[in-house]
Formats: sequence, structure tokens, C-alpha cells
Amino acid sequence: MSHSLVTMSYIIAAILFILSLSGLSNQETARRGNYYGMAGMAIAIIATALSGAVSISAYPILIIAILIGGTIGSMLAAKVAMTQMPELVAIMHSLVGMAAVLVGFANFMDSASGLEGVEKTIHEIEIYIGILIGAVTFSGSVIAFCKLSEKISGKPLLLPGRHWFNLLLLVAVFILGAQFLGQTEEGGGSLPMLFLNHNGALPLLIMTVIALVFGVHMVMAIGGADMPVVVSMLNSYSGWAAAATGFMLSNDLLIVTGALVGSSGAILSYIMCHAMNRNFLSVIAGGFGTASGGAAAVIEGDVQPIDADETAQLLLDAKNIMIIPGYGMAVAQAQHTVYEITKLLREKGKKVRFGIHPVAGRMPGHMNVLLAEAKVPYDIVFEMEEINDDFANVDVSIVIGANDIVNPSALDDPNSPIAGMPVLECWKGKTTIVLKRSMASGYAGVGNPLFVLENTRMLFGDANATMQAVLKALRG
Amino acid sequence: MKIGIPKEIHRGEKRVATTPEAAAQIIQLGFSVMIESGAGLAANISDEAYQAAGVAVVDQKTLWQDADIVMKVRAPERRPRLGIDELAALHEGQTLISFIWPAQNAELMQTLADKNATVLAMDSVPRMSRAQKMDALSSMANIAGYRAIIEAAQHFGRFFTGQITAAGKVPPAKVLVIGAGVAGLAAIGTAKSMGAIVRAFDTRPEVKEQIESMDAEFLMLDFKEEGAGVGGYAKTMSPEFIAAEMALFAEQAKEVDIIVTTALIPGKPAPKLITAEMVQSMRAGSVIVDLAAEQGGNCELTEKDKVTVAHDVTIIGYTNLPSRLANQSSQLYATNLRHLLTELCPGKNGVINVNMEDEVIRGATVIKEGKITWPPPPPTLSVAAAKPAAVAEAVIKAPPAPPSVLKQLLPLLIGGLALFGIGAVAPESFMTHFTVFVLACFVGYQVIWNVSPSLHTPLMSVTNAISGIIVIGAIVQVSSPAVGLLAGLAILIASINIGGGFLVTRRMLDMFRK
Repeated sequence: MSHSLVTMSYIIAAILFILSLSGLSNQETARRGNYYGMAGMAIAIIATALSGAVSISAYPILIIAILIGGTIGSMLAAKVAMTQMPELVAIMHSLVGMAAVLVGFANFMDSASGLEGVEKTIHEIEIYIGILIGAVTFSGSVIAFCKLSEKISGKPLLLPGRHWFNLLLLVAVFILGAQFLGQTEEGGGSLPMLFLNHNGALPLLIMTVIALVFGVHMVMAIGGADMPVVVSMLNSYSGWAAAATGFMLSNDLLIVTGALVGSSGAILSYIMCHAMNRNFLSVIAGGFGTASGGAAAVIEGDVQPIDADETAQLLLDAKNIMIIPGYGMAVAQAQHTVYEITKLLREKGKKVRFGIHPVAGRMPGHMNVLLAEAKVPYDIVFEMEEINDDFANVDVSIVIGANDIVNPSALDDPNSPIAGMPVLECWKGKTTIVLKRSMASGYAGVGNPLFVLENTRMLFGDANATMQAVLKALRG
Repeated sequence: MKIGIPKEIHRGEKRVATTPEAAAQIIQLGFSVMIESGAGLAANISDEAYQAAGVAVVDQKTLWQDADIVMKVRAPERRPRLGIDELAALHEGQTLISFIWPAQNAELMQTLADKNATVLAMDSVPRMSRAQKMDALSSMANIAGYRAIIEAAQHFGRFFTGQITAAGKVPPAKVLVIGAGVAGLAAIGTAKSMGAIVRAFDTRPEVKEQIESMDAEFLMLDFKEEGAGVGGYAKTMSPEFIAAEMALFAEQAKEVDIIVTTALIPGKPAPKLITAEMVQSMRAGSVIVDLAAEQGGNCELTEKDKVTVAHDVTIIGYTNLPSRLANQSSQLYATNLRHLLTELCPGKNGVINVNMEDEVIRGATVIKEGKITWPPPPPTLSVAAAKPAAVAEAVIKAPPAPPSVLKQLLPLLIGGLALFGIGAVAPESFMTHFTVFVLACFVGYQVIWNVSPSLHTPLMSVTNAISGIIVIGAIVQVSSPAVGLLAGLAILIASINIGGGFLVTRRMLDMFRK
């Protein structure tokens, strides 16, 4: 294949990728968009493989690697439960990061770039940055994966002086970068002569380790509820890693795709930050989720428990019902039961809708996917902005395993850690039923004043078990 | 301990202090419950129903003798005509829970104290959120408000709702509710649901929102004065305010068909809001329901416990509206009592503990073992108490200063300088790539904002897949002998992303169905 032909293929692939993303603007075109993406990827790979850069002897490796990787990926995709999507996404980010690191090292060791002067320096910088972003993405995503799959605690790890630690790492990265550039002036590197030659390999390796540590430290410092921001932020980083690799290899397709993914992740992070009223910059820098301020008002009052039969009765008496799912629904795998109840109530002529907060769950759009899995039609699933003004007409809201996203103190208590975050204002409806596993303390110390409001009833127990009981009561 | 529920002896009182459902729950707290035969009949609850719930049905004498705790609706009284003297029947050291109204009944209080009794007054339960479930005044007021509209409808000669029929057009009734407390709000809701046009007035501006939430119109008085007193109740207003208020009522009286007045100030006679002239100015056939009749009435012409007609306007002065909905009010009152017992008996062992440290119990207890403990120290937690803080905060929240021009422009400036800096040193080949990069960022920005929020998860998985494009970076290096293996590994990893990302996206998108 001639060079121009390869470039043309790349342009087509880039266009297909853009179409793939723009297809996601609504559900009808989304499936087609996904096929565009696949086509673009196939064209890009085939064009590259035939470009003449790959020698005949390398084809076996190429084909075997693609087959193995593709098979693993397909198996993962077929097997993964929808509740585990955040984990899958996180681990896939880490793979992009790792690939970026590997490609970066390969490029570094493959010294036949033939570049001179400023171009060479810029190339070295590109390698350095590519590996840096890749390594941060890799280790950060691995930690995010562990946190999401509860292999390690979701609690934020807050080292004393962690900001200074981060700063120290950053300074070290700069110094090592300078050394790296200085040493590579004297000759391209190859790893076997690692510690003998001043070829830049040592600073590069140390920097990689520092980047890995930085990634770990950054995500460790983030609390479980902030995971949607972390996941979309790592999504963004993985894109920038690909773009940096593109610069390194002077490959426009990689640059375009990386930029697309990077800005996609950045926008998602922005939306998530906005939904949690956090500062975008402080999130990108890492180390958030620990908002501090004056003492939040202690909530006093008494919760009013309710049982499944009474819940069913309330639902039967209501006309307009809103269901607000949160992470608790995902944990309890209650979405199918919720849908059964929805179906039953809709058959009885009731208006049932779902209200989704942007940060409900552990990644952007998590709740939508779970509800879609349970066959809830997407035209009764609404975003917060669409339905927040409508709560006055709602007879019964059911909050399933959500807490912060329905916390009134976000609006009226300036000392609350979540002050200013937009929330679903379910308390404006007639009755709110909150499903919760337990309420440890009876009176004081309840973090959410919603629970003690006069028109709130608490339904205690595992979300799936209680929803099953409600379903039974509705049928019986 | 034994709880006794006597039959109410007050004239016209149909309520009873417990229902079978509430009694069953009280028994679960460890108490034994007995009831005077026929106590629930007026509220349509038979002795058998009580027996089925495990309540012993006894005669009056046994009840007063055996009970450790007597629960009633009305305060104990003497009815020599019926040959009943509840005050005499109350024995030493007994506990009494009922409405007492200690401020108005000093003599009764003294008699009860002399008996060495412990008395909890349901009307003295403090108004705070934790005590809402025991707030019998609110539950009774709710019923009174509902019933007020029902009584008005009974005496009003027209529909409440407007209709256009073959026989002509019927205008909707106009209802004015004065005082939007619990009773007022219940009246608003009931009148509204019957189709009337409802207006409401209250001296406390903070109830405006509540009134409007019930779709009624809040009558604004062009006069600034804070009307909320301690504990969320109203207070007496200044003479100027009252003059303005009266002018408003006089004007409204000419327009509306039904007036429900619920204006009460704790411990004072009800304010006179509807004068005889206003009544005269109302249309013939109009109705006034005076819920403050017990405290002298808000209308000058109200006669307590009677329905009178003056100037062709029916004025209803019933003071026993909750009793006129006896089954409902017994049910709510019984639940209030049960909640109070739950508070009194935290151990669920059937023994009450009048814990004076507890703010709710302290407030409700008016006599403890013969010592009058009324009035209690002022409640610390109330809606009104929170007010000053809110005001202070509003002052602090001055409009945020607009960010300085420098602050806005600085990032742009730095960004621009950085770009020029790169442009100054970078070779042309880099700039070509950089152009592509920046343009791609903008395309991405435009495209991604259009993505439906419900598809954010598929968006992430598909971007996962396409960021697997890094595979072509590895492919171009796979032929190099030095790094072939490294590149091969990168290809493998990136392929996982490509395969997994696209397929899981497809799987997800297939689930999104209408």
C-alpha cells in the first residue's frame, strides 16, 4: 500500500470514529454508530498492516496477538455482568495505559528514528510524556478497578502532606525529564546496556516508576462515591496517552482518536464534577473527595419505618410514581425486580418514571445501563434536569439505595460537605419511600435530613429482598 | 402496667382514646389494656372488636379502680346528672393522659395535683419535629379543617365546583381561609379538592409557600411585620397591622361565599377578625365556619356550639368538629397516644418512665406525682428559633463579587503565550500534528456534548474500544527485531480493548429498547 493510500484509510477511519461517537446522541443511531467504530478500527488495522511497515516475518506475531487479544476481549464482553461495567471500563483503561507504556518503550529502544536537532528533542519529549501519561493511567486504573470490585477498601487513603508528596513527584518528573533529554543527546538507548551507558534509559525507567506511584496515590486518595469522576477522568487520560503516542509516532490517526477520547473523558468528568458541584481543576489534579468545611448541621428527628405491604398499598393508591435508583440498587442487583414492579404498576394504569442523577452509581450512565439490562424502556427513564421540576406532581417517590443524590442539605445547609450539589428534590412530592439497609442510629447523627422528613417513610432491608416483598404484596 | 380507657362523658363527645389496632400495639409494648364497655360505640367500634385485639372489656368502676394509667380524650370532669365523677374516681398516684388545657383549667390542675396524680397533657406536647407523631393538636386540627369545609358545604346552597351544564353555568364557590395552620391547610385542601376557588391569609409570611403548594392563592398584605411567635404559632400583631388586615377582610367578605377562620393565639382569646358589618356585607346564603369558637370566635356573631343565621349568613360555631368525625379522629388520637406510650416506655416492658430529661415528655407532663410542672421551660428547638440564624446567613451571603478581569483573562493569556512559545521553537512537522490534535479536540468537544446522558456508559466503553487504536502504534513497530516482542505484547493488550470494547458496547446498546 502506498503512503497516500494509508493516509486516506486513516482519514476514513478517523471520520468513522467521529461518526461512531456522534451516533451516541440518541438510542436509535447508537447501534449504527458502534458498527461505524468497528469498521473504522478494521480499516485502520488492515491499512497499517499492509502499509509496508510490517515485514512478512512479523505477520505471525501480529495475527496471533490480535487473535488472542480479541478472543480475551470478546469473552470478557460476553461474560461481564452489567453491574460490573465500571470495573470492566476501569481495567480497559489500564490496558490502554499499559499499551501506551509498551509502545513508548519500544519506540525508545528502536533507535532508528533518524531525527536530528529540535525534531529529535521533541521526539524524546513525546516519548517521555507518552510513557508518563500511560503509566499514570495504567496504575490509576488498576487501583480504580480494585476499588470498584472491592478488592481494596473504597475509603480514601489520605497520607499526611499528600499534596506535598504529589508536588515532589512532579518536580522529580521534571528533573528526570531534563536528565533524560541531556543523556539521549549522546546517543539512542537500548535497554541491555541500561546502567552502563548514559543513554537516558535510567531516568526514563525511574520516571515510569514515579508515574506508577503517582497513579496509585492519586486514585487511593479518592472516596468511593467519587468514582464516577475518577472513571471518566481515567477515560480522558487514556485518550491523552493515545494522542501522545500518536505524536511520538507521527501518526495523525492516533492523534485524532486520542484527542477524541481524551476530550470525551474530559467532558464526562466535567459533567460529573458539575453534578457533584466540585471544581474541575482540583479533580484533574487528583486528591479530592475530602471536602471539609464547618460542621454540618446535625439532623434531629425520628424516622418513620414502613413495611412492604404498606409500601404496596401506597403504590396502589398513587397515580404518579417516581423511582430514583442509586448504587444500592446495583449492589443488590434489584433492577429486575424493580422492573417487574414497574411493569405491574404500568399495567394498572399508573405513570411510573425513573429519575436518574448524573452521578448515581459508580460511573457515568451506570443506572441507565442497569435499567436497560432489566428491559426498562428508555423513554420512561429521565435525567435529573428533565424531571426535577415535576416532583410536586409525584405521589410516591421510591429511593432505592441512594443517599447523597437525594439529600436536601445539599441545597439548604451551606456547611454540608455536598452543599451546592444539584440533587433530585424528591421531598417535594407527596411521599418518599427510602429503601435502605439499616439505620444504625435512631435519632441523631443521620446524615440525610430526608430520612426524618414528615413525608418520608423508611423501608429497611436488602433492596432486592424488600422489592421482592413489595412485588408479592402488589400481586397478592 | 394496666391501662384503662373510660367512655367519654363530655356532652356530644364521640371519640374514644384507643382503637383495637392501637391497643394491639400497646399490648405489644408490655401493657395490659382494658376498656369501659361501650366506649367505642359512638365511634363505630364495638366491644367485640376490642376483645378480638386482646383488650379486656370492663365496667366503669373496675376500670378507674384497677388502671395504673388512664387514657382519655377530654379532661376529667363531673357529671352529677349521669352520676359520674371522674375526678373522684381518679385515685392516688394514678397516671392520666388526656387533653387538659392547663392554662384555662387552673382549678382542675389543682384538684389533680391534690390527688398526687401524674398528668400528661396531650395539648402540651411540644411542637418539634421529633414529637410530630404525638402531636394530637395537629391531628385533631387536620380533622377539624376537613370537617369545617364539610359543614360549610352542608349549609351552603350551591356547588363548590364550577360547572357548565345544559341548564346553565354554575360559578365555582369562593372560599377564604384565615389562618393557615394545620386546620387551615386541611380546609384549603378539602375545599380545593371539591373544586372551589380558595384564598388564604396568614400573618406569618413563611406559610405563603405552603398555601401556594396547595394551589390556593395567598392574600398578601402590603405591610411588613413578622407574625411568627415562639413554637411556630402566631402572635398578636400591631394595631396598624390589624387595621390593614381588617380592611383586607372587609374587601374579601363582599366577594367570597365561604369564610373559614382558624386564627388562634396561644393562651389568649381568639382575635375578632370578622365584624358584624362584614357579615352584613356578605352575599345571602354565605357561610362562616368559626374554628376558634371555643376561644370566643373570630367572628363577632359566632355563638359557641351553635349554628346561627345572621343577615342571611350561616355562622357555624361548632367546637366539637373532630368529634363529628369520631372514627377518624379516634384512630389518629389513638395513634398519637400509642407513640407517646412508646416514648414513655423505651424498654418495652410495660412500665412507663416519666423521664423529665426528655424534652418531649418534659413538655407534655403538667403534673408529676402531685407537683405542678406546667408551664415547661421554653422549647429550644422550633421553627421560629431557627429563623434568626437564617436571616443572619442571608446577610452574609452578599452577591458574589464578579471575578476580576485579570483572573478571567490570565488562563487565556498563559495558554496563548505557551502556544506561541511552542510555535517559536517547534519544527514544522510537529506543528502539522499539533494542528490536527487541536482540531480533533474541538471536534471531540462538539460531538461529545451531543451524547445523551443515558448513553454515557456505552460512550465510555466505545471510547475504550477506539482508544485501542494505539494498536497501530504497536503494529508499525512489530517488525523491528529489537522490540518485536514488546510490540507484540502491546498489540495483544490493545486487541483486548478493541474486541471487548466494541462487543460490550453492542451488548449494552441492544438492551436499550423503547
